[in-house]
Amino acid sequence: MSGLVRLLTPLAAFPGASVPHVLSPTGGSCTIDGVTGQITGLCTAKGSISLPINYAALVPIFVLFGGALLLLLLSATLPRKSYASPWPSLPGLWASLTSLAGVGTVVDGLVQWHDVGAASVVPITLGDQLFYDHMSAFFTIMFGAATVLGALMSDGYLVREGLDGPEPYVLMLSASTGAVLMAQAAGLITLFIGLEILSISLYAMTAYHRRRAASGEAGLKYFVLGSFASAIFIYGAALIYGATGSTQYLGIITFLISNAVVHNGVLLAGMGLVIVGLAFKVAAVPFHFWSPDVYQGAPTPFVGYMAAVAKAGGFAGLLRVLMLALPTQTSNWRPIIWGLAVASVVFGSVLALAQSDLKRLLAYSSVSQAGYVLIGLQPGTPGGVTAVCFYLFTYTFMVIGTFAIVGVLQGRGEARNDLSSVRGLAARSPWLAAGLLVLLLGQAGIPLTSGFLGKWVVIAAAIDKGQYALGLVGMLGAAIAAFFYLRVALLMFMPAEPTTATVEAEVPAMAYAGSDLQSVATAGLTGRDTVLVLRAPPTSRLRVPGPTAAVVALCVVFTIFAGVSTPLLSLSHAIALPWYF
Amino acid sequence: MVNAAYAIVALPLLGFAINLVWGRKLGEPVAGWVGTIAAAGSFVATLIVWVTELGKPATGRVNDLNIFSWFPVAGLHANFGILIDPLSMTMALFVTGVSTLIHLYSIGYMHRDPGFDRFFIYLNLFLFSMVVLVLGDNFLFSFLGWEGVGFCSYGLVGFWFQREVAAVAAKKAFVTNRVGDMGFLLAMFLMFAHFGSVNYSQVLGTLVHGHATGLLAGATGAISGTTATAITMLLFLGAVGKSAQLPLFIWLPDAMEGPTPISALIHAATMVTAGVYLMSRAAPLLHYAHATSWLIAIVGTASAFVAATVACAQDDIKKALAYSTISQLGYMFMAVGAGDYADGLFHMLTHAFFKALLFLGAGAVIHAMADNQDMKWMGALRPYLPITGATFAVGWLAISGIPPFAGFWSKDAVLSSVWQMNKGLWAVGVLTAGLTAYYMSRQFALVFMGRARWQDGRPAHAAVTAGQVGAHPAGHGGHEAGGPGLPAPSHSAVPHPADPSWTMYLPLIVLAVAAVLGGGINFPAWHLDFLSRFLKPLFPTATVISVSTGTKWALSILTTAIALTGLALGLSTWRTAEHPALEPSFLRRAWRIDEAVAAMVSGPLRMGANMLAFVMDSRVVDGVVNGTAGFMGLSGRALRRVQNGYVRSYALGIGTGLVIILAYLTFRIGG
Repeated sequence: MSGLVRLLTPLAAFPGASVPHVLSPTGGSCTIDGVTGQITGLCTAKGSISLPINYAALVPIFVLFGGALLLLLLSATLPRKSYASPWPSLPGLWASLTSLAGVGTVVDGLVQWHDVGAASVVPITLGDQLFYDHMSAFFTIMFGAATVLGALMSDGYLVREGLDGPEPYVLMLSASTGAVLMAQAAGLITLFIGLEILSISLYAMTAYHRRRAASGEAGLKYFVLGSFASAIFIYGAALIYGATGSTQYLGIITFLISNAVVHNGVLLAGMGLVIVGLAFKVAAVPFHFWSPDVYQGAPTPFVGYMAAVAKAGGFAGLLRVLMLALPTQTSNWRPIIWGLAVASVVFGSVLALAQSDLKRLLAYSSVSQAGYVLIGLQPGTPGGVTAVCFYLFTYTFMVIGTFAIVGVLQGRGEARNDLSSVRGLAARSPWLAAGLLVLLLGQAGIPLTSGFLGKWVVIAAAIDKGQYALGLVGMLGAAIAAFFYLRVALLMFMPAEPTTATVEAEVPAMAYAGSDLQSVATAGLTGRDTVLVLRAPPTSRLRVPGPTAAVVALCVVFTIFAGVSTPLLSLSHAIALPWYF
Repeated sequence: MVNAAYAIVALPLLGFAINLVWGRKLGEPVAGWVGTIAAAGSFVATLIVWVTELGKPATGRVNDLNIFSWFPVAGLHANFGILIDPLSMTMALFVTGVSTLIHLYSIGYMHRDPGFDRFFIYLNLFLFSMVVLVLGDNFLFSFLGWEGVGFCSYGLVGFWFQREVAAVAAKKAFVTNRVGDMGFLLAMFLMFAHFGSVNYSQVLGTLVHGHATGLLAGATGAISGTTATAITMLLFLGAVGKSAQLPLFIWLPDAMEGPTPISALIHAATMVTAGVYLMSRAAPLLHYAHATSWLIAIVGTASAFVAATVACAQDDIKKALAYSTISQLGYMFMAVGAGDYADGLFHMLTHAFFKALLFLGAGAVIHAMADNQDMKWMGALRPYLPITGATFAVGWLAISGIPPFAGFWSKDAVLSSVWQMNKGLWAVGVLTAGLTAYYMSRQFALVFMGRARWQDGRPAHAAVTAGQVGAHPAGHGGHEAGGPGLPAPSHSAVPHPADPSWTMYLPLIVLAVAAVLGGGINFPAWHLDFLSRFLKPLFPTATVISVSTGTKWALSILTTAIALTGLALGLSTWRTAEHPALEPSFLRRAWRIDEAVAAMVSGPLRMGANMLAFVMDSRVVDGVVNGTAGFMGLSGRALRRVQNGYVRSYALGIGTGLVIILAYLTFRIGG
């Protein structure tokens, strides 16, 4: 707890911060009559004068949300036409502006990283609502990068699908804003606001493909289930407030330290509900049910973005809540996380084995990846924090790159999402195949990729805490995962000619459009894992839009870079250094 | 200087990358020039670094440049770094130098080969791996290069993979090397267990330092003789595989199925010397492992002798040279075993010059003889191939140890060290020197002197390996895979031998000059022993050679006399091609070691393997694997039913999870 004391010291040294609403006689030319309480002169509330707002912490939010507003304004004032780039190697107007905002966020994240290294910076700001520390800077960089990559890879897809416009980018920017807020949140309420900004943007993005019924259906499912999870979360926050009298992490922990709260039912229930709410966001088993359907239905580039950002946002929340607000309850939450981790790794991997749809396969694989992050979270140690942050950062690049390629492969109208669509890719487009190979190997955790190091640090964190069973599950899960990742990789190198009789896929009734929402929401039409069928692989020439190619190249290079060198790992170590207990 | 050191490694990689991506588009000969320029650039960078090093005091010539660290976790610091020191510089200089010449030669040699760009991709990748091997600053990084050269060797031996023989030879080379690699790996594990590191500076530096200050016992660098012996024995197993010593030499003669420049570069001059390099690198460890030193010396001597006898009975021009390579590598190991690392490396250098020269000359001959490799079918080629003949003659005299050619000086130095170690080994070494002179003279006589047997038309022997079929699909008629038992290639026309193009003979001339003057880099008198002095700071544990000058003279004269005898015998005997009595099938078939290994492998080993494969593997392992896979698939299908697409089911699932968690927490309340 020494770190926590350190963290609380600057606040304690600031008189009055713990007693807001008290007027300050020293603040200005004002006097208070001691007997009547009569105020003369101009007084200011004590907290409000001196509570320092560190605007540096707010810059990413300004940049991202300001970017979203700017896009809206521009789209309202500019003549209504497509601003797709006339040059296929350059992104269109909206994607360019969005990625510019993303780059700004990354740069600001780096500046923040440098800034918060200084000891004089108070790690909490804006009336104790936001953290301004290494972790928030790290996640800001991550979300900024995801925004850049997401915007660039969406460009080609949206143009191809005839969906180009400012709206998805506005949604993406606001989603990133929410995610950054989640990472910065210093209390459950701020966390909830961030969570909702992120989630609602993602619901809309999921349903964005107007002509694909599956997209609308997925969006609705995501929305219904997400609301369910949000309600669970906010109920948990309320219970925690009831038990501790605060929704602020530091308020909670201060209460829990000064009062021996052991095995308090209200607190435990609140904790359980908050965990469930966030576990839904990261798609941990058994709160993962939405993910295969949403991944399958949502526009592919958005899936890549969502897989990276929603997961990272959820984990940022989990990290803060569990390790900052509830470190006294480790004995209670660690078994829950243990169960979630094991279930996610095992079920995610096993279910991925049985998939014939590429996007569903990746959905289950991302469930299993979430399990690995949970393995890193479970020990509740600074080493685990490092592992979680490193894993999420590297996964961001791997999953975005993978979905960028899938978005290209599936062709107009997302015609082909079945596994056999990758057949013969090596012959059709060796570069794309090489890129996909690296990204798949990375997710499978093959050495010399960042995925290997990620799994390594996660499992090492578990082993360090004596969690051998968990480590073993992680390794076995990696073995199963290697199977389905490598199966896709192998398919790429199979000849494009159909070797067996081709059967038309059992097409889920995606064309079920225009029905009333009730029936779509209740009797889902996609979402059944169809039986494995062989379809003739596509043979048409692949057209890879320039920005998408750049995204893939960037992701591949990063996956190798972070796998063979250690700067990112060192950064992740720095996050854990001032960890607050 | 630092940048140049990185360039040594980076340039071949760059060349590899360029050819990998655009090689097909660049085509012939641009792809070849890209590769050659990359190699030449690497050589120039090495020169720059070397000259900079020379400007420093002799003790300050060790630089460790870290490129990047790979997962510095749990005490294992896997750093990928470059170690610049006299030993690595010596190696890098000749590796990049000889390699550049062979790149250049290959442009001409691989002319009109459909795999022209692929060839240079492999060549540059090979050079990169080899440079990594010799410049790596730890065993792990060097092992990466070690495996890299192994892979390139596999790719290049089987370069014409359409031919069954080549594909089989490639596999054989690869598999045989795996045996050695296992030794290398185990040695690294042991090292890590003992020293907690695989870095040269930590593993070897402490030993050298400890030795220098006499603080070994109890100091951190202390190592028991047993551990040192175990590590070095395992390393030597790796070296035996890579450097083709007894009994793992069987892959090297078969590796001659590769294109001749490959035989010159990989299977004579550079890769096969990696074992010698490794053992020299491990010199501080060898200091504590006398048993290993003896083993190295004995294996080296035995390999030198056995391979030399076999070389006396080979008809294939390249196979004779291959056995000769094994024999010469044996000399290098003799020097290492005797603790005279500098002279081992000296012989490695001179050998690189003259063996590369001989192989490239052989390549020119093969080219001129319409891709025929049977020496019995050649003859009297000197007037037709004046440049090739003259340069080949230089190589022949150099390897035979005739003064003042390079081979004489290095072989003499090695032999005098061995004399100090053990007179018996020395005697075998001298006898081998005589044999060397004999079989090389036999080769020279068969190829360049005597009667022009090729004018008769068809080759006389069935045991001809037709090389280069894939290289020249058109033009030379349909000679299919050669090798014993297969019909001899039919030649539709008598070849018209002539010297090759300049890209091919320029390397010959450069190497010939090196083979004449190479002795000068370590001349044993007048303080001209540059190499020994350059390497001296690195080998403080090397045995001091204390053979008196008089003895040295006597030994030299004796060795030279024996060599000259062998020379004369070889030349006079092989003016005519048929002397069956001198070529017993025992020698032809390399003492039947290959068959013995094959019998061992196909006999008891195969039975064991079969048992493992059909009982253990198919029933037990496969059962487990298939069972697991089946179970997974089954459970996957079962679980899939839950995912039915209905929101209400999903909500139920989430609710169930929530209930389970809350139920668990209920148990935690109050308790």
